[in-house]
Amino acid sequence: MTDFLKDFRSAGLLNELRERLRGMKFKKEIKIMEVCGTHTMQIHRFGIHQMLPEGVKLISGPGCPVCVTPNEYIDFAVELARAGYTVATFGDMIRVPGSYSSLEKVRAEGGDVRVVYSPMDAYEMAKEGGKTVVFLAIGFETTAPSIAATLLRAEAEGVKNFYVLPGGKLVPPALRALSADPELRISGYLLPGHVSVILGRKDYLFLKELGIPGVISGFEPVDILQSIILLLGLIKEEKAEVVNNYPRAVREEGNPKAKGMMWEVFREGDSRWRGLDLIPKSGLFLREKYMGRDGFKAFDISPPEPKENPACRCGDVLKGLINPPECPLFRTVCTPENPIGPCMVSSEGSCSAWYKFG
Amino acid sequence: MCLAVPMKIVEIDGLDAVAELQGVRRRVRLDLVDDCKVGDYVLIHAGFVIEKLDEEQAKKSLETWEEFLSSQEK
Ligand code: SF4
Repeated sequence: MTDFLKDFRSAGLLNELRERLRGMKFKKEIKIMEVCGTHTMQIHRFGIHQMLPEGVKLISGPGCPVCVTPNEYIDFAVELARAGYTVATFGDMIRVPGSYSSLEKVRAEGGDVRVVYSPMDAYEMAKEGGKTVVFLAIGFETTAPSIAATLLRAEAEGVKNFYVLPGGKLVPPALRALSADPELRISGYLLPGHVSVILGRKDYLFLKELGIPGVISGFEPVDILQSIILLLGLIKEEKAEVVNNYPRAVREEGNPKAKGMMWEVFREGDSRWRGLDLIPKSGLFLREKYMGRDGFKAFDISPPEPKENPACRCGDVLKGLINPPECPLFRTVCTPENPIGPCMVSSEGSCSAWYKFG
Repeated sequence: MCLAVPMKIVEIDGLDAVAELQGVRRRVRLDLVDDCKVGDYVLIHAGFVIEKLDEEQAKKSLETWEEFLSSQEK
């Protein structure tokens, strides 16, 4: 831990915050959604559910990119690997079951599937090895600029055999969709810290019009408790404000350079999310100029019709409608060793977090 | 997947840099930020620096919280 950040792990401050939270009282039920999967993981790891005052519920949202990626995307990647192309991906993606198979299974059958830590690793693989490499470009605003920068580098260096499979998603359109859902009725959002690093506080101001407050939060337990306290305060006073409680990393305007690079390469378009279906303008697609690098267009691949596993309730989990233990397969059939749905595969999926930490 | 790790920049060569956390070193790229310097604390995500951390702001926000907590002692 870098020195000046260690105070954010101070036990004394944490205790004080916990006491403060415990003392808060509410007349009606309050539902806070944590939008980010990394928050979900931390909230479970530090037992934050147990620290909440009576009547306050924290529910997980769609903030796990692997989890919201629909089966048709995974099926396409599987077919690419089967056809002999090199598929490079972030690690979480590899075990996600698609309609018929997973990247892990194709790899066991001899497919060239590589796990990378950075899109730049995938690019270097293409540049040095000369093979056709397709990078699975999933992720939110946090990740899209890095992918854009990598693609721009491939352009600048004239490396033709590097492709991406566009599957990126945008958080604000998903928040709009969730806010409009009459079944959910969310009282406030714990906003994703690292998406916000790119977006800035400004990009959430539409929440004010929807009458729902939000607090941008960091990831240390102190950050999360502080943010919940702030959010509960706003909810109590019925103030639909957007507060930045992660000012050491998040600026009002976000990171304009990163954003600029993202929009240079990508354009927004309607996109399907697991559990939330089609959300207008919520997906990232390559701009016309870079279409030659689009894996969906460049290769003659046609996967069979996608199908969902009807027993998996991952969609309802992602929407915050149920908690994982309410899924009949949870812990009995579906475990991290034998995951049935993506919410159990990804370390930041809700099912996995509930399984590990309760 | 939106995990980003705070690290310190220890070497810079054009847009390539090396960042360090508790003795662990990692190659990172600087494409997404301007004027990063050796010694800066940064957030790393997927091999890229996505933002510089603001030490002043970190201190300020902790102070504000301490004030807030002590001013509202029950
Ligand atoms: S426990 Fe498994 S089967 Fe049930 S919703 Fe979660 S991922 Fe799907």
